[in-house]
Amino acid sequence: MDNKQVLIEVSHLTHIYETEGEAPFYALRDVSLQINKGDFVAVIGTNGSGKSTLARHLDAILLPSEGDVLVDGLSVKNPDDVWKIRQKVGMVFQNPDNQLVASIVEDDVAFGPENLGVPREEIIARVADSLKKVGMESYRKHSPSMLSGGQKQRIAIAGVLAMHPECIVLDEPTAMLDPSGRKEVMETIHRLNKEMGITIVLITHFMEEAVTANRVVVIHKGQITADGTPEDVFSKVEEMKAGGLDVPVPTELSYRLAQLGLPIRGDCMTNKELGEELCRFVLKK
Amino acid sequence: MLTDITLGQYYPGNSFLHRMDPRAKIICTMIFITAIFIAESFWSYLLVTAFLLMTISVSGVPIKLIVKAIKPLWFILVFTFIIHLFTTPGTTLFYAGIIHITREGIIRGTYMTLRLVYLIAFSSLLTYTTSPIVLTDGIEALLTPWKRFGVPAHELAMMMSIALRFIPTLLEETDRIMKAQASRGADFTTGNLMHRAKSMIPVLVPLFISAFRRADELATAMEARCYRGGEGRTKMHQLQYTGRDSIGFAAVVAVTALLIGMRIMS
Amino acid sequence: MSIRVEKVNYIYGKGTPYERKALDGVNLEIHKGEFVGIIGHTGSGKSTLVQHLNGLLHPSEGRVTVDGVDLAGKDKETIAKRHSVGMVFQYPEQQLFEETVKKDIAFGPTNMGLDEGNVERRVRQAMEFVRLDYNTYAERSPFRLSGGQQRRVAIAGVIAMHPDFLIMDEPSAGLDPVGRMEIFSRVKEWFEKKYFSVILVTHNMDDIARLATRLLVMHNGRVAMDGKPMDIFLNHRKELQACGVDVPPLTDTLLYLKNQGIPVPETARTVQEAAEKMADMLKGDTHAD
Repeated sequence: MDNKQVLIEVSHLTHIYETEGEAPFYALRDVSLQINKGDFVAVIGTNGSGKSTLARHLDAILLPSEGDVLVDGLSVKNPDDVWKIRQKVGMVFQNPDNQLVASIVEDDVAFGPENLGVPREEIIARVADSLKKVGMESYRKHSPSMLSGGQKQRIAIAGVLAMHPECIVLDEPTAMLDPSGRKEVMETIHRLNKEMGITIVLITHFMEEAVTANRVVVIHKGQITADGTPEDVFSKVEEMKAGGLDVPVPTELSYRLAQLGLPIRGDCMTNKELGEELCRFVLKK
Repeated sequence: MLTDITLGQYYPGNSFLHRMDPRAKIICTMIFITAIFIAESFWSYLLVTAFLLMTISVSGVPIKLIVKAIKPLWFILVFTFIIHLFTTPGTTLFYAGIIHITREGIIRGTYMTLRLVYLIAFSSLLTYTTSPIVLTDGIEALLTPWKRFGVPAHELAMMMSIALRFIPTLLEETDRIMKAQASRGADFTTGNLMHRAKSMIPVLVPLFISAFRRADELATAMEARCYRGGEGRTKMHQLQYTGRDSIGFAAVVAVTALLIGMRIMS
Repeated sequence: MSIRVEKVNYIYGKGTPYERKALDGVNLEIHKGEFVGIIGHTGSGKSTLVQHLNGLLHPSEGRVTVDGVDLAGKDKETIAKRHSVGMVFQYPEQQLFEETVKKDIAFGPTNMGLDEGNVERRVRQAMEFVRLDYNTYAERSPFRLSGGQQRRVAIAGVIAMHPDFLIMDEPSAGLDPVGRMEIFSRVKEWFEKKYFSVILVTHNMDDIARLATRLLVMHNGRVAMDGKPMDIFLNHRKELQACGVDVPPLTDTLLYLKNQGIPVPETARTVQEAAEKMADMLKGDTHAD
């Protein structure tokens, strides 16, 4: 467990947005964070907490005002390494409509490898392979405008996969999707994480999604306020609520029941855990 | 509803014409459109008509669709006809006051109008048998040799394909914004032209703002996927000349040669 | 007062290869005083249905009336009835266009032909409704506000028209829990004061459980289910799932626990309420022993 390799190293990162005539806004303030290879990290926070700003630093779309971000040892501040970093760390954005470039699915997936100068035969193989991995191979010749939101996001993920990244950063990929689209996207990224060992950084404000991660990082007003397993983070129900965030229903229910004096754990993450706890309690009596 | 409009005029198919290389098709169309202007006599027009009908039947595109492509330009056609009708000197057939119609005028008017009809028919055949994306590829390939003279071939093609990609999205958006404003009491259908133009402001402003936001997000997304212009890029699609294209060229060249011959002989 | 939908069919792209029946024989009456939740998966016809309720779309067959007035007309009375059904679209902030917040909110009331004084009064009231301070924000450009504030301006623009029926399509999409609460607490307040009826289209079952007095489930262009939300959640879950939707997360948890033989207050609408009742029930159990 301890000899995990660090993929992304964020150290003392500060980001300041400057607007003319207004006071500088500190979107991130002295943030330090390490992301290990193969991990599945959820970053949660309210609107305007700085979570999206952080995501954009991992891919050198934004550059640090202070501090540094290293991806596989390469600094985002070195202009020569920016394209290498963007190949290693792929980004999927919130609005599915505003990130697909081509009017045919397979052309869109080919866009990344084409930019990297990958030879033609290999592009064809990568496109087929990536579409298969997101379960969209039968839509190869479709127009993205005819697809559902969830399908569009899967195409966006395939487009990133075709660049053979080590890590995918997803910036609220499900915010504009309906429940079935959200499920499609979540299942896809979990599969990529498990089967291919791709590191996932998921920016979200859906707690049900964050619970499925290995690690949850909470950002509040530009600073990390909690970092740990979902159990560690969500069991602090009052703190989460005070910070404007929800916790999953079973967690909140177990927490409140424990508060009300029932002798059960207050940090159940799932219905099943809560059920087992309560059965033990009910049966004991 | 705006989103009901079918986009581009591509008519999917697998005909000889559909399978020709877009570069060959573009060049053939250009040659032939020029050749139409060589036609002068009855026989040469007959030849062009025959060639057009043959091409249409090979393409499998219904004649109805070709007529549909010509229809919106009826005003220009009628105008062309009338101008030539009234301004061509020759044997008078009919006159009343300043109106003066000649036999030559009728013939010339008919020919000129026919030229335009053929021009539209052939270019619409090109777009009916070539999907917009393939057409863009073809244009990019044809422009690439001109790069050294400063023609931004890749950039033009990229702009065209992004425009194609976003037309349906923006149409959908326009529809939505119009409905949103209509439910706030906006009225787009009554009043004079000035009033109606003004009533579009609540639609156009949000549409522009949204288009800029989309452009910004798309640019970010493209950079995140390592896009840095045409330099060093490879392409998944490769255009390939085949025997089919040679046959296409041969047919066009033969008809053009015949037209030139007819003109010299007459 | 009511909106009546009578035998409505709606067909998209009639005569094209994309022809699709979006509404299929919908009959429905929505009364003043109801808070109606409409759910259904994407493409079930729910958006098409609500666009019929204020005359943005007209039925291919059948008719829609508000207080007996057919919305297909073009006369003054029809237009007034359409204005009595306000519509907040999804991501409504994308419809803002005026230079100032005040002017944007005034757009609707001005179109209704109200005089200046009246419009001004309504703008102030609508801003109060969405909790935007008039003195601070009225003269600001809406485009310089945060996303959440922009959405509130857009909602105020509809509120200022004083609708009898307020349709909201996913008004909390993209907002965090606090932003969501802010919007719904005000809507709930005005609903309870009987200022308007609400028709809420959403994927969020929590909001339905907490707010709606009636639930419509759309499926394949038809109203598949129509009833009290809790009744549908507790007694018709199978049918609900067949329509591609599910019960709220809290109900899901409680039903799971019930299945495990644990006594639960299955009709609870908030976790707090559920926890308190459950603690009592479980402690009660121990007393009985």
